[in-house]
Amino acid sequence: MFIKHETIEKNAVLLMVLTTITVAIGGIVEVVPLFTIETTVEKVEGVRPYSPLELAGRDIYVREGCYTCHSQQIRALKDEVERYGHYSLAAESMYDRPFQWGSKRNGPDLARVGGKYSNDWHYAHLINPQSMVPESLMPRYAFLANREVNVAKVARAVRANKTVGTPYSEEQVANVAADLAAQADPNADPEALAKRYPKAVQVPGDGRRVTELDALVAYLQVLGTMVDFTNPANEKLQQ
Amino acid sequence: MSDQNAASEKDSVTGRTTTGHEWDGLKELNTPLPKWWFWTFVATCVWGAGYAIAYPSVPWLTTYFPGVLGYSQREAVTADVRALEAQRAGVMQKLKAVPLEEVRKDEALYAVAMTAGRIAFAENCRACHGAGGEGRPGYPALAGDAWIWGGKLADIQHSITYGIRSAHPEARVSQMPRFGADGLLKAEEIDQVTDYVMGFYKPDAPALPGAAKGATIYAENCAACHGDKGEGKREVGGPALRSGVHLYGDTRAAVRAQIANPRLGVMPAWNTRLDEATIRAVTLYVHGLGGGE
Repeated sequence: MFIKHETIEKNAVLLMVLTTITVAIGGIVEVVPLFTIETTVEKVEGVRPYSPLELAGRDIYVREGCYTCHSQQIRALKDEVERYGHYSLAAESMYDRPFQWGSKRNGPDLARVGGKYSNDWHYAHLINPQSMVPESLMPRYAFLANREVNVAKVARAVRANKTVGTPYSEEQVANVAADLAAQADPNADPEALAKRYPKAVQVPGDGRRVTELDALVAYLQVLGTMVDFTNPANEKLQQ
Repeated sequence: MSDQNAASEKDSVTGRTTTGHEWDGLKELNTPLPKWWFWTFVATCVWGAGYAIAYPSVPWLTTYFPGVLGYSQREAVTADVRALEAQRAGVMQKLKAVPLEEVRKDEALYAVAMTAGRIAFAENCRACHGAGGEGRPGYPALAGDAWIWGGKLADIQHSITYGIRSAHPEARVSQMPRFGADGLLKAEEIDQVTDYVMGFYKPDAPALPGAAKGATIYAENCAACHGDKGEGKREVGGPALRSGVHLYGDTRAAVRAQIANPRLGVMPAWNTRLDEATIRAVTLYVHGLGGGE
């Protein structure tokens, strides 16, 4: 070659420069496609940023490590589509930072669990899974009912997501507290919430305070429901 | 010390030459890679290159290289699902066309319906209603005779298709007033009507103190949906109270709580998740759990 092995090994500066160049090439190959990642995400109608309560629930989902036992990815395989419904789209987790696809299914896949069970079922099941599914291995999450959602923290999370590119509108950012309260109170007027976050599910909180359990249920109830697959506009989803 | 200039020499033990490198007196044998390993490595490189050419692989700036075979996993799974549907089409079409009451007479078709129904039930219904349709507090038993909305095939099919208090306009909806929470009855009156209702639950026990006054309150507020004698009214979804099966428990406290601030169960409309033939199969399966009328 042009430079002898021995020359490189005996010349620290040259070694450093050539190492940097080599590592940079590898890095560029891995990183550059990420700049154009939107070209791999199909254009689909319906996917919206998470409502404040859903976002809080998502953070709890991550905090409690739900992803270690539940995947959120219906693979493009016949038996998965048969059991869980339409295979997952990249667009459906485009506002997930990070995505919750997971790689292990001790419990069932949750990508389309939204709307599959009633709110009451989710509350009862999270508080004591065995009361609903006797053979379940899932631990109890009853303590979530005693922990209040920190509204200021959710507001910061919404702003942080906006900073990194999630398209929250100014109106959405300004109404975090109101939307959070409205979604956890079944007696609240859902109109403003539904306008800002279509398909958001109101959960039966106690109306006085918003608990982490309310947030988690609101998150679970929206999973996989944003894209309307019966809409002909979404017919051609092949990548 | 390293001396890279040491001469290559022949090792007396192995008969191989050394690389000529020496570190503190340690020398390195120049042993070639095993042939099998080397050629396997080459083969995987060739396979990898071929795979990258044949299948979708390298991302470009605005798209990706689609591969010369034009393979798409999504098209493949769509074709797989279509093939499965085509394979089942005959029997599923038949299941859709034959009136539910007639399915049982066709042994082969009924066997298919029970299998499809059992599988769909296990995936979708069992979490609330239990593996054998035994029910849970708040989630009605399907294997018993106490039907809130009716246990005939058509009733069951309607309930599954549109759900209970789901968002669907055809859903079955009954809305019990919150007699306590909304102040429709005084606490004392709720106690009295609870005493009266407990009489339905335990007809052999001596009447509770408030039962006499509770009877009037019951007739004015409850009888319209639950029936004059607590026999229930299916057309409005008023559960039978004079029954051995109680959705939210049959202690006095549970009954009082349900009058004061009723829990109202929700079942999703399944027509968004299950196709019509599968719903019919589940209907037959549920009907056959033991309580079908």
